[in-house]
Amino acid sequence: MSGELLVDGVSVNDETTSELSRKVGYVFQNPENQLFALTVEKDVAFGPENLGLTRQEIRDRVDWAMEAAGTVALKDLAPYELSGGQQQRVALAGVLAMKPSVIVLDEPTSFLDPRTAEEVMGAVDNLRRENGITVIVVEHRLDLVGRFAERIVVMDHGRIVADGRVEDVLDAEFDRLSGLGIGLPKVSLLWSMLRRDGLVSERLPTHVESAVKMLSERLRN
Amino acid sequence: MLVIGIIVPSLLFTNIYLLAGLLLVQVPLLLIGRVARRWVQSLRAGVFLSALIFVVNFFTGPLANAVALTLRFLLLMTTFSFFFMTTSPDDLGLAIDKVGFIRWLSRHWLGYPNALSFTFTTAVRLVPTMAVDAQTVVDAQRSRGLELDKGNLLKRVRNYIPILIPLLLIAIRRSLELAEALEARGFPGKEGRTSLFELRFKPVDYALLGISLAGIVLSFWVFFHYRVPTI
Amino acid sequence: MGENGAGKTTLAKQLNGLLRPSLGKVTVDGDDTTKKSVAQLSRKVGIVFQNPDHLLFSETVREEVGFALKNFGFEPGVVVKQVERTLEALDLAHYAETSPFLLSGGERKRVALAAVLAWEPDYLILDEPTIGQDYQQKERLRNFILQLNSQGKAVVMVTHDVEFVAECNPKVVLMSKGRIVAQGQADEILSDDGLIEKASLVKPQMAKLFSQLGEFGFPRDVVDVHRAKMLLEQKLSEAKVSVAQSS
Repeated sequence: MSGELLVDGVSVNDETTSELSRKVGYVFQNPENQLFALTVEKDVAFGPENLGLTRQEIRDRVDWAMEAAGTVALKDLAPYELSGGQQQRVALAGVLAMKPSVIVLDEPTSFLDPRTAEEVMGAVDNLRRENGITVIVVEHRLDLVGRFAERIVVMDHGRIVADGRVEDVLDAEFDRLSGLGIGLPKVSLLWSMLRRDGLVSERLPTHVESAVKMLSERLRN
Repeated sequence: MLVIGIIVPSLLFTNIYLLAGLLLVQVPLLLIGRVARRWVQSLRAGVFLSALIFVVNFFTGPLANAVALTLRFLLLMTTFSFFFMTTSPDDLGLAIDKVGFIRWLSRHWLGYPNALSFTFTTAVRLVPTMAVDAQTVVDAQRSRGLELDKGNLLKRVRNYIPILIPLLLIAIRRSLELAEALEARGFPGKEGRTSLFELRFKPVDYALLGISLAGIVLSFWVFFHYRVPTI
Repeated sequence: MGENGAGKTTLAKQLNGLLRPSLGKVTVDGDDTTKKSVAQLSRKVGIVFQNPDHLLFSETVREEVGFALKNFGFEPGVVVKQVERTLEALDLAHYAETSPFLLSGGERKRVALAAVLAWEPDYLILDEPTIGQDYQQKERLRNFILQLNSQGKAVVMVTHDVEFVAECNPKVVLMSKGRIVAQGQADEILSDDGLIEKASLVKPQMAKLFSQLGEFGFPRDVVDVHRAKMLLEQKLSEAKVSVAQSS
């Protein structure tokens, strides 16, 4: 890779992965393959145990992280006893316990059904707002996560091709985005088809609620 | 400790009464450990081998001998299964983690004092997961016409290749992903690891330790000073 | 369709004998599944499992695709021809001599599909085929399913991807907690609030949209984008016309 990548002002090449893990948490795509302890509680404790903290500090962090990710009830279960959604939450708790300022989620909803995916993303969004953590999600299903995003960066073959607010990028680059294999919200697709035929002219809606509003207004007049 | 306390005398002596007695001693322990039902099930698994041992010895020595050796076998088997049923893998892992020798070995061989105990607990944690994967692979290959119960011995062994290769690869891929996940959580820490949980000795533990040690010492002393007959 | 753990895969496994019913009977083309082996039933019912890595073990893609044919006892000449045909059909011919482990995720999924299609089962069951696939791959899959249908083959999909199902509008069997809770056309089922709730699914966006536009006289069972567009087109052009007329 050429160029520079800075986290908190420090180049990533100057720090080891385990040092970086205190600032940037990473949640992997496959929920089962990132849980390695025998119980949920021990797994969440794993991260903080590596940080050289006192036992009480570890205890506090584990309790806080499990509460924040909604996994307190799962405390003594083994990883294989959990559902996919529960596993992702536990992974999230484990990452939170490191108290990072940034969390990266790599296609976190791939293995989850739509209802669970919404719940998990909602939980992540809450965490972001309540704790001021920056959340970066790698996804190709905009219809699932677009709702929560403030900024979207679109990539194609290793290059960045768009960067901006979801509504702006969606509106300006809709056709290009569908060519890139990104799962676009159906309401946006609908609107772009209507717009092409000249029946509407406003910007593309990014989710159902705004589409309902816009259509209702148009149809009432 | 308790296990060794039972095993040592059972290996040293062939007195039937002693052996039967030791077997019965386990019963109250089983009830305390709440593993009675599973213990009985494991007994069932050992029936075949016990019968074999009994039969072999029946024809090569006195009857008393046969009984004694069978009892000894049962004793060993049940004591081991009792041990594994009452000790959870994570406690085992924590215990291993404390053993100075293992930490030394681990540090010199792998670089970190916790590495060996961690390997142990992770392996145990992955067993149920691999079991599920194994079943899925078997299902998938059977759906392609693979029949595992047909053919001569050679064919049957070869039929396991389509099962073992995917499993091996899944295991490798999983290890790599786990390794990444570990690094992402800060392993290994610069300052080493502090574990959240700790095994502690309770008074009961000391008592049992004492009793077992006493039993072992007594067994050795008796062994070297008297001849204890089988019956 | 149903949430994770609803019993969809369990039901699918009943169809080729991997699992046998503890109550009642399962018949395939009239044959009781308890009377035949898995290998026998698989001739007619092919299941493509979700994770291709549970399947792949051969040195080349060609061998992989031919594995089932050999198991079923086809003649070597037939095996070769069938393998060629299947590789062509799935655009894998150029990978014939490659090791399947060197291919990308999406390509491995295609090899797994080819491995099952090779013996041309009458019924094809796909277990969560859209997981991890991007939009273009899903489009290709959808077209492929339509193609199979036109060849007289039945395709059963186990999935919780409501948008994908909305685009295909097939017959849907809805499951929850191990029971079938509804059967019917996709557009009826996926636009029904009660059923969606019961099966812990999510309504497709079009259904969500139209359920809130009832006051304008739109039907509620719209799940497909194109039908939605047509309906809206109509109403919107009427609106334009009436605006034009009144001014």
